[in-house]
Amino acid sequence: MTIAPNMDSPRTATANPPTHPVPPNLGQANVVRSSAGGPVAENPQPLTEVAKLIDVSKCIGCKACQSACIEWNDTQPEVGVNVGVYENPHDLTPEMYTLMRFTEFDNPDTGDFEWLIRKDGCMHCAEPGCLKACPAPGAIVQYSNGIVDFISENCIGCGYCVSGCPFDIPRISPVTHVAKKCTLCSDRVAVGQGPACAKACPTHAITFGTKDDMKALAAERIEDLKSRGYENAGLYDPAGVGGTHVMYVLHHNDKPQVYDGLPEDPKISDVVQNWKGPAKPVGIAAVGLAAIGAAAMALFHRGNSVSQEDEAEARELVQEELRGAPVERPHDKGNA
Amino acid sequence: MVERKFSEPTDEIVQLEPVEVRRYIAFTRWNHWFTAICFIVLMLSGFAFFHPSLYGLTALFGGGQMTRWLHPFVGIALTVSFLGMFFQLVHLNIIRREDLVWTRNIKDVITGHEERLPELGKYNFGQKTVFWGMFWLILALLITGVMMWYQYFPHLVSIETRRIAILVHAVSAVLIVLVFILHIFAALWTRGTLRAMTRGTVTGGWSWRHHRKWLRELARRQRTKPAE
Ligand code: HEM
Ligand code: SF4
Ligand code: SF4
Ligand code: SF4
Repeated sequence: MTIAPNMDSPRTATANPPTHPVPPNLGQANVVRSSAGGPVAENPQPLTEVAKLIDVSKCIGCKACQSACIEWNDTQPEVGVNVGVYENPHDLTPEMYTLMRFTEFDNPDTGDFEWLIRKDGCMHCAEPGCLKACPAPGAIVQYSNGIVDFISENCIGCGYCVSGCPFDIPRISPVTHVAKKCTLCSDRVAVGQGPACAKACPTHAITFGTKDDMKALAAERIEDLKSRGYENAGLYDPAGVGGTHVMYVLHHNDKPQVYDGLPEDPKISDVVQNWKGPAKPVGIAAVGLAAIGAAAMALFHRGNSVSQEDEAEARELVQEELRGAPVERPHDKGNA
Repeated sequence: MVERKFSEPTDEIVQLEPVEVRRYIAFTRWNHWFTAICFIVLMLSGFAFFHPSLYGLTALFGGGQMTRWLHPFVGIALTVSFLGMFFQLVHLNIIRREDLVWTRNIKDVITGHEERLPELGKYNFGQKTVFWGMFWLILALLITGVMMWYQYFPHLVSIETRRIAILVHAVSAVLIVLVFILHIFAALWTRGTLRAMTRGTVTGGWSWRHHRKWLRELARRQRTKPAE
């Protein structure tokens, strides 16, 4: 299937790409949010919300998705060191936007030993903490289809997005000094192709389409898992960040933390909300009022001036102290 | 030798007719102005990130990347420079009993009735507030600033701690600018003060009016000096 003319986004990642050139449809015209008051489209072209669904129960940990990600984004992850775990590299890096995280889980309810594998990466939050925290106009944008993208040419490398993100995703390149993370293959989606990872996945653990389609697919999968004894199976689409455009099907949706610390109720931290919320207008108002007050008093108040009497008193005091008693005609004693 | 309680060894009455008093030696003045320049650069570069409406200030420093890079280094320079001032000035900035009386009667200061107030040494409570305000806020800005310095200390603190550090840094920055405004205002409002940091000297009248114990001590010290 190719991107049909009446479709604004690819509905699947497995289909082959269009054979005719397609003009990219993700750009300034679709920007609905932009960091630090950067430019947003006046009448953003409404696009269907897209999502990537990661079915953790189907993943075999082959890392084809990681390889596809490196390939498509042309990143150069360092050759790592084996320290006896399966994660490779050991964490997300500016050159590795997605990472399979492996957990050995001793299920206390069933006594089963479970090997949990979660594909970590940007969740493309509907309310992105990274975007909220960023001080550089237009360095982080959100398109009307839900994708959150970092625009490197506007990025200043401050690392605020790392503090803003509830999922610990962005990484700052020590070479180019800009923030990097999964783009949801915005450059592929813009021309009718699904994300590289979803395309590469041999088990269809990663699927891509409209958010509604992905929810429907997830519902089927969850029903199937429940019928096979995973009664807590569910969809991870956390409401605390307004839902995400990367969702998980989890067999233990009641305890997402077992998947290598996936947060149970992620939301933008209150500290970040206060810093980016009240602190700014209150701070500017305080400084503004103080400056205006000081300027007004400086202009309209006489000020505290030294008078001729003060000078005379000073001379008297100094004479008295210096000589023991006042003298009639003190003369200049340059370096007394 | 008269005991030296309210003055620095380098403070001196340099002229009698009219009385003129040296308040700061050249080293202290250079130290002060270097600190001031650092402060202004930090204020302009830091507030560029504080609010989107101020982001344009980054143009002064060659863009966002340059501003982000520069700010923390100037912060270190400010800290070192301020410490230089701190050690020169700290012992005369200890809060004393007469400061509390002076503060309780602050309206006499504003309305120009200093004769009703206790005589003061080299600094009044307002000056001491600026001194200690700067000290504690620079300390807070330094500690939180290093925690936020992502380029060189990306793993110094956890993400949770860094969030708090950024908030504290932003709030401290606002507070220190308030102290800065108070400092400039007081220096201009109290006529005759600015020359202490330019020429290094003040008039006798100024000293008599605002810092009489300081002036008295200088005169006494000079009386007992062996004749040259
Ligand atoms: C004393 C040493 C200081 C250090 C090490 C320091 C470091 C930092 C760092 C690392 C940042 C993040 C942006 C960047 O990476 O450049 C920052 C932001 C900032 N700094 Fe400083 N700084 C210091 C002093 C100051 C001072 C004296 C002021 C105010 C006059 C100030 C005001 C600010 C402001 C307003 C921000 C932005 C906060 C926000 O985004 O809300 N800083 N500082
Ligand atoms: S490092 Fe992150 S927060 Fe800072 S400008 Fe770049 S995208 Fe924005
Ligand atoms: S997961 Fe983090 S980096 Fe990705 S959109 Fe959400 S807040 Fe931003
Ligand atoms: S390609 Fe698919 S099966 Fe392989 S690791 Fe990635 S998500 Fe898992």
